[in-house]
Amino acid sequence: MNKKQKRMLFRILLTAVIYFPLLILNHTLWADSDNWLFLTAVFLVPYILIGWDIIFKAARNIKNGQVFDENFLMCIATFGAFGVGEYSEAVAVMLFYQVGELFQNVAVNRSRQSISDLMNICPEYANIEKDGVLEQVDPDDVAVGDTIVIKAGERIPLDGVVISGESYVDTSALTGESVPRRIAEGDDIISGCVNGSGLLRVQVTKEFDDSTVARILELVENASSKKARVENFITRFARYYTPIVVICAVILAILYPLISGEVVSEGIRRACSFLVISCPCALVISVPMGFFGGIGAASSHGVLVKGSNYLELLDQMETIVFDKTGTLTQGNFRVTKVAPVSGVTKENLLMLAAAAEKYSDHPIAKSIQDAWKEQFPGEELPEQIEETKEVSGHGIEVKINGKKILAGNEKLMKQYRIPTETPQGIGTVVYLAEEGRYLGYLLISDTVKPQAAKAIRELKQIGVAKTVMLTGDKKEVGEAVARELGLDEVYAELLPGDKVEKVEELLEKSNAKVAFVGDGINDAPVLSRADIGIAMGSMGSDAAIEAADIVLMDDDPSKISLVVKIARKTLAIVKENIVFALGVKILVLLLATVGLANMWEAVFADVGVSVIAILNSMRALKIKKK
Amino acid sequence: MKKKFKMVDLDCANCAAKMEAAIKKIDGVTDANVSFMAQKMTIEADDDRFDQIMKEVVKACKKVEPDTQILL
Repeated sequence: MNKKQKRMLFRILLTAVIYFPLLILNHTLWADSDNWLFLTAVFLVPYILIGWDIIFKAARNIKNGQVFDENFLMCIATFGAFGVGEYSEAVAVMLFYQVGELFQNVAVNRSRQSISDLMNICPEYANIEKDGVLEQVDPDDVAVGDTIVIKAGERIPLDGVVISGESYVDTSALTGESVPRRIAEGDDIISGCVNGSGLLRVQVTKEFDDSTVARILELVENASSKKARVENFITRFARYYTPIVVICAVILAILYPLISGEVVSEGIRRACSFLVISCPCALVISVPMGFFGGIGAASSHGVLVKGSNYLELLDQMETIVFDKTGTLTQGNFRVTKVAPVSGVTKENLLMLAAAAEKYSDHPIAKSIQDAWKEQFPGEELPEQIEETKEVSGHGIEVKINGKKILAGNEKLMKQYRIPTETPQGIGTVVYLAEEGRYLGYLLISDTVKPQAAKAIRELKQIGVAKTVMLTGDKKEVGEAVARELGLDEVYAELLPGDKVEKVEELLEKSNAKVAFVGDGINDAPVLSRADIGIAMGSMGSDAAIEAADIVLMDDDPSKISLVVKIARKTLAIVKENIVFALGVKILVLLLATVGLANMWEAVFADVGVSVIAILNSMRALKIKKK
Repeated sequence: MKKKFKMVDLDCANCAAKMEAAIKKIDGVTDANVSFMAQKMTIEADDDRFDQIMKEVVKACKKVEPDTQILL
C-alpha cells in the first residue's frame, strides 16, 4: 500500500469507529425519534468524514462538464437517502463505496506490479571499455562496434558477439527457459539475459533501439493498443450504461408514486439504489485486466502476444499451419546415419568423408565435420589432403594419403561406374568410394525438433481440428516428417508464393480461425495473411517477427498449445466477469424496482462485484505449465 | 509522430477510457491510446503541431481526472 492508500484506510477505520455506535443507537434509543434535524446532524459527521472528497470531486467534475460522473451519482444517491430519512444507509453507502475503491486500487496496483515484474528485462547501464578503462554509460549511448564488459550477475544491455570470456547465461526472462545457456568466445549474445558467473567482453552488433530487449519491450507495451472485440464492446457499452441507468432512476422516481399511489419518498428511495449501481467500473476494469493478465502469463513463458485480440482469435482457432524447416525441424543439417559396407568401420568412413569435405563450406560438408568432431573427439584428420576438386552438383574428388577418394551423390558414383546401394531413410546422401571401391554412405537430414511431436499431440488434445504442414522441401521428406509428427495434411515442393495461396485456400475453407507458424524471411507475407501469425523469435528473421502476431522466444513449438490454453482461460475469465457483473447488476436493478433490494444490495452490486471481478481476473496471470 | 508518455495516479479504468475518447477528438490527433494497465499514454499526431496538441491533451485529461499527471 502506498501513502495515499494508507491515509484512506485510516479514514475508513475512523469512520467505522464513529459510525457503528451511531448505527446501534439508531436502532435502539433513537428508533422512534422523529427529530430529523438531530439525526441528520449526527450522521453528517461520519458522512462528511468519509465522503468529503467525493463531494468535492463531484462538484469539480460538474464544473468541467462531466455530468454522469460516478462521484456525482454517489452524492445524489446519498443525498436522496438523507432526504427520505435513511441516514444510516447514506453513510453506509459512502463507507462501503470507499472500502471498495480502496480495495480495487490495491488489487489493481498489485496485479499491475506482478505483470510488469514479469517483463522487467530492461537493462539500466552498460560498462563500456575505452582505452582499457571501464565506464558506466546509458545503453542508448553505446555504438555498434564498441566493446562492453559484462560482469557476473549483470543484465546484458545490448546484443553482440562475445570476444572473450566464458559464462552461463540465464535467458529465462526472455524465453521462459530455466536452464542456463553456455556462452563462449564467438557466440552471439542477446540483451535482456542475465550473465551468470563469468566475465564477458562483448562487441556490440546492434544499437539499443534495435536490440532484442528494446524490441520486446516495444511489442509488449504496444500490446494493449490492439484490443479484443469484447474489450471494445465493453468500452462502448460503458458509455451508454450510466446514462441509461440514471434515466431509469429518474423515471422510476417520478412514475412510481403516480402509479402505485404510495408516498413520493418510496420512489426516491428506489431510484437512489439505481444510482449506486450506475457505475460500469466492474466491467471496464476487469475485462482489460483479464487480458493483461493473460498476456503477462504468456510472456512469463517466453511467448509474446502482441494484443488481446490475438488471444481472442487463438481461442477460436481450429486450423494450424506449420512451416517445416526451422519450425518443426531444427533447420540445420546433421549426419543422421553412417552406413559403411562390411569391412569398413564407421570411424574410417566418417573420417574419410570429413577429410574430403574439409575445405568445403557447403552446409552438408559442415554437418559432416561436426559429426566427426562430435562422435570421435580428439581424433586427427589425415595430414595429406591433396588435389581437392569440387565437381559442382556432384561432389568432391580428392587424394587422401595418396589414395583417390570420391565423396558425392549418385551422379558422381555413376560417372565412375561405381555400384551403390539404396539408402535406408530420408535425406541427402553422400556416397564414398576409395580407389573405385564403394565404401558406404552417410545420410544427412534436417532433424525434427525434440518437442515437435509433443507440440502436435497437445494441440490435438486441446481440440485443434486440423494440423497442416507446408514445405518447400521434396515430397518424400515432407511426408516422412508429417508421418513422424502425426500431422493431418502436408503440402510439399511449394514456392514461397504457393504458401500464401495454400493458406488463403485454408482460410476460405475454414469457418474458424487459421494460424500460421513460421520462421523464415519468406514467411513474412504468409504470417500477415493468416488470422494469427506465430513466429519463432530467436531464430526467426526480423521481418517475420515484425509481421507476426505472436512470437515464441525460445522457438519451442510446444509453447503454442500453452498459449492456446492461456487464451482460452483468459477468454473464459473475461466472459465470466461480464456475465457475473452484468447479471448481478441487472438482478439488483430489478429487485430495487419492485422494492425487494435496498441500498445495501446496491452497494454490493457496485463495489462488491468489481472486487470479485478483479480477483477473478488475477487468475489469468496464474497459468502453470503442466 | 508517435510518442509515449508515462502517467501518474491514473486511478480508474473508466477515466482512462474517457480520456482516450477525449484525446481522439482533438484536432490533429490521428490515434490515441490510454492504457490503464500500463499507466501509459500513446499519442499519434501531426509532427509540426505536436507540442501544441500535447497542451490540449493535458487539458483534456485534466478535465476528466485532475489528479492524474502526465509526465512530459
